[in-house]
Amino acid sequence: MIAELGQFAIIMALLAAVVQATLPLIGAERLDSRLMNFGGQAALIQMFFATLAFGCLTQAYIVSDFTLLNVAENSHSSKPMLYKITGVWGNHEGSMLLWVLILAVFGAAVAAFGRNLPATLKARVLAIQAMIGVGFLTFLIFTSNPFTRLVTPPLNGNDLNPLLQDPGLAFHPPMLYIGYVGFSVAFSFAIAALIEGKVDAAWARWVRPWTLTAWTFLTGGIVLGSWWAYYELGWGGWWFWDPVENVSFMPWLMGTALLHSAIVVEKRNSLKVWTILLAILTFSLSLIGTFIVRSGLLTSVHAFAVNPERGIFILFLLAIAIGGSLTLFALRAPALKAGGIFSPISREGGLLLNNLLLSTACATVFLGTLYPLFLEAIGGGRVSIGPPFYNNTFVPVMIPLLLLVCVGAHLPWKRADLLGVLGRLKFAGLATIIAALVAWYIADGGPLLAILGLGMASWLLLGTISEWMDRIKLFRAPLSTSWQRAINLPGSVWGMTLAHGGLAIAVAGMIATTAWKVEEVAILKPGETLSVFGTDYRFEGVREITGPNYGAIEGTFVVSQNGEYMATLKPEKRLYNVQKMPTTEAAIHSTFVGDYYAVIGDPDGTGGWTVRIYREPLVTWIWFGCGLMVFAGLVSLADRRLRVGAPADKKQARLPRKAAEASS
Amino acid sequence: MRATINATGLGLLFFTLMLLMAINLAHAVEPDEILDDPVLEARAREISQEVRCPVCQNEPIDSSNAELARELRLVVRERLVAGDSDEQVKNYLADRYGDFVLFRPPVKTTTYLLWAGPGLFFLLGGVGVFFFYRGSRRQKVPTPLSPEEQSKLDQLLADKSGKEDSA
Amino acid sequence: MNRKVLFLLPLLVTITIFGYFFWALTSPGRDPKKLPSVLIDKPAPMFDLVGLEGLDVPGFARQDLTDNGKISVVNIFASWCIPCLAEHPYMLKLGARDDINLFAINYRDKPEDALKWLKKHGNPYHRIGRDPNSRAGIDWGVYGVPETFIVDSGGTIRYKHVGPLNTGDLENIILPIIENLQAQQ
Repeated sequence: MIAELGQFAIIMALLAAVVQATLPLIGAERLDSRLMNFGGQAALIQMFFATLAFGCLTQAYIVSDFTLLNVAENSHSSKPMLYKITGVWGNHEGSMLLWVLILAVFGAAVAAFGRNLPATLKARVLAIQAMIGVGFLTFLIFTSNPFTRLVTPPLNGNDLNPLLQDPGLAFHPPMLYIGYVGFSVAFSFAIAALIEGKVDAAWARWVRPWTLTAWTFLTGGIVLGSWWAYYELGWGGWWFWDPVENVSFMPWLMGTALLHSAIVVEKRNSLKVWTILLAILTFSLSLIGTFIVRSGLLTSVHAFAVNPERGIFILFLLAIAIGGSLTLFALRAPALKAGGIFSPISREGGLLLNNLLLSTACATVFLGTLYPLFLEAIGGGRVSIGPPFYNNTFVPVMIPLLLLVCVGAHLPWKRADLLGVLGRLKFAGLATIIAALVAWYIADGGPLLAILGLGMASWLLLGTISEWMDRIKLFRAPLSTSWQRAINLPGSVWGMTLAHGGLAIAVAGMIATTAWKVEEVAILKPGETLSVFGTDYRFEGVREITGPNYGAIEGTFVVSQNGEYMATLKPEKRLYNVQKMPTTEAAIHSTFVGDYYAVIGDPDGTGGWTVRIYREPLVTWIWFGCGLMVFAGLVSLADRRLRVGAPADKKQARLPRKAAEASS
Repeated sequence: MRATINATGLGLLFFTLMLLMAINLAHAVEPDEILDDPVLEARAREISQEVRCPVCQNEPIDSSNAELARELRLVVRERLVAGDSDEQVKNYLADRYGDFVLFRPPVKTTTYLLWAGPGLFFLLGGVGVFFFYRGSRRQKVPTPLSPEEQSKLDQLLADKSGKEDSA
Repeated sequence: MNRKVLFLLPLLVTITIFGYFFWALTSPGRDPKKLPSVLIDKPAPMFDLVGLEGLDVPGFARQDLTDNGKISVVNIFASWCIPCLAEHPYMLKLGARDDINLFAINYRDKPEDALKWLKKHGNPYHRIGRDPNSRAGIDWGVYGVPETFIVDSGGTIRYKHVGPLNTGDLENIILPIIENLQAQQ
């Protein structure tokens, strides 16, 4: 019964979306507030039914209802409850339902929080949002129905891919989807603005929190995926430029550009056409990502089941959404009035350069991901594009960006004195050189590029800190004044500082792990010790253990340095009962300076075991730095100025406004 | 919309069988593959990280579990021991499996656009930015506010200062 | 006017990209997992493989491809390969012809397993070479078994088929190519 209720719910959600996509649009055209108001109600109804449908599918997973094809194919009664629930989105149909649910939630959120949006803008945004919903709900119902029943249900299910039975990957898809789908709001706002023919500072203020929300979750989702790859795949890598990684990275790069260009629209009423285009492209790339992962177009380690019929359907949807919006852009954008002017050396100029570099970076990833396909189409043979390509193209684009971040943040609006700004950064520059020399000393030489890279990361960090010190007049005013100023700094400024600082830390981690990673493979007998880069790993032996739905072999290593005990590592090699699929569970001891990483392999037949030991310097910095960026997004979201366009909360309005002056 | 599980179940069983074969036989670089000469071994590792395993989805032979990946790792080491340069080893593999196995696509007519693409994009973007600045210098005179806009602004400003007073 | 064309640019780029997507999804037979051989129209690699002991057919070397002026079909098989069994009937058919050579490379197999397999299912091959460590396979660019090559009497590789043959493959692809090559001689 529950499944039929779910089936009914997605159909109702589709009907609500159809109403939401049409009536408010007509209403906005005729300035009929009754029709426009339908938008908000329909959005809430659509969310209700999408939630209901999702709840029904979750229920079917919880009770292991194998009369449903989707549950039978992707679940098993012996699976732990956590993975029964996360299994809901561990497959194509369920994840599509989650996608649609998130889209509906965002639509409803615009309806709920956008109470003082201009009525026509709100109506149009909701209508566009619903059009996307109509497309994907149709796709769900007609090609990927999660509620299909089986004539002869099996006694038990096929289980979820063991690689997905992991806490890191369990929550990676929802975060990623909130990111992808969140950009739909910016997209809807952009289309609505094109219809209205008006983009202004207020528009940018309304768009920014939604973009920021999406960006924050997307950042979190990507990091979670990367972290999972690091500890689960058992080879110590965290990024491989796989097509599936790339398609999540492209919207991130574009979304980051959008966040920055929206500031220029908000503060200076300039770069409007560009920002509209960015909003369209960011969401388009999210859509293309969804499409590529599900169409079997490219080969990747982790893609969903291939089905050309679905591929054509999504491609058709994308052609309407992206083609339609870009046609509208071509027709309406030339009429948008140009805004404030600025010199190339100014805050706006810096943000524009940031956009140019981020777009180039995104285009590079796009080219690298899809070039094999283009070449194959024109009969140019098959090529593979992997890390070496990106190291030679993507990295050189990022270097100037990272070098200029803190310079740009120091520049005032409109026009600036570059020498003066560089003068203010001289301490940061000096400290950077010292930091690079220290890195050189610690690393005992090492690759010159990596040392320069670490210098670049510290320049970014120190420049960011010095900009923050400037703002609060640290050491140039009494400490109490600085303290006051720090407290009054708006959330968005804190957000910027934390995000740039987080980026610096993450970059340092990426460079250090890439340059100084050490790997040892050996066969060890119990009692033997392997010494890797000054650290001893004594192999104590293995034992068999039994998990809820797997059996495993667990090795034990005692890690010590100079005879001093550090940690005990217990890597596992699991064999899942249902899918008979082995997985490696690396054991990792994380410290500030790096990870000690052990993997247990196969027995050699004479009492020895294949053992892999990795030393990953500063790898924790990547997770910490990226975590800081996520936190920065949340801090910035808490900025009360972003809620000027949101419900007029009495408490908010009564807070002191001094901070606003200190900002920008 | 109805389907039976039997076909998929069989397919899965088959898939699992294949997978088990692939995985139980080998597991990335094994100790018995490693060369005694650490310099050669380091070169072998570097090469195998840039060679794509032809049977896997998107993995270098260095971290792949497939039997063919293991054989290719051994071939890489044999060639190195025989005195081949890194380039020669890669060409040896590309002669047999095509450029597909090279994660660093060789620069040739079919890949000029790939390698030049990012630079070209940046240049074109730079030209766009240049014209943007030139265009914006030409229309220096800002359009004055219309009467409605002015009154709206006044109202907004008044509104804002009113709020501040109440703080 | 000029400016307006600029605004069309994103749309035009997108249309082009979507054209490629559409091609990739609809072009018949496109399988991103299948790898075209780079050895087509190139001379077959050098190899000299010993035969399976206990079988009445000899081993297989490069020279056998050019010795008797016949077109050769070279099949890569193994006893552990399940799809090889599926295409075995077609190998039996090809092996019955005496106007072509049907050679086999026994890929990464144990000789006793291969022997048992051939005894059970019949041996259609005129020559079989053992390739226990897949070096010959690598020289042929083999990445998945079964694979089937067609080599002309001059020793040049003309065609490669990846995966098991079925009736359609045999009737519509393999036999026409063989006839074509025979007609050219």
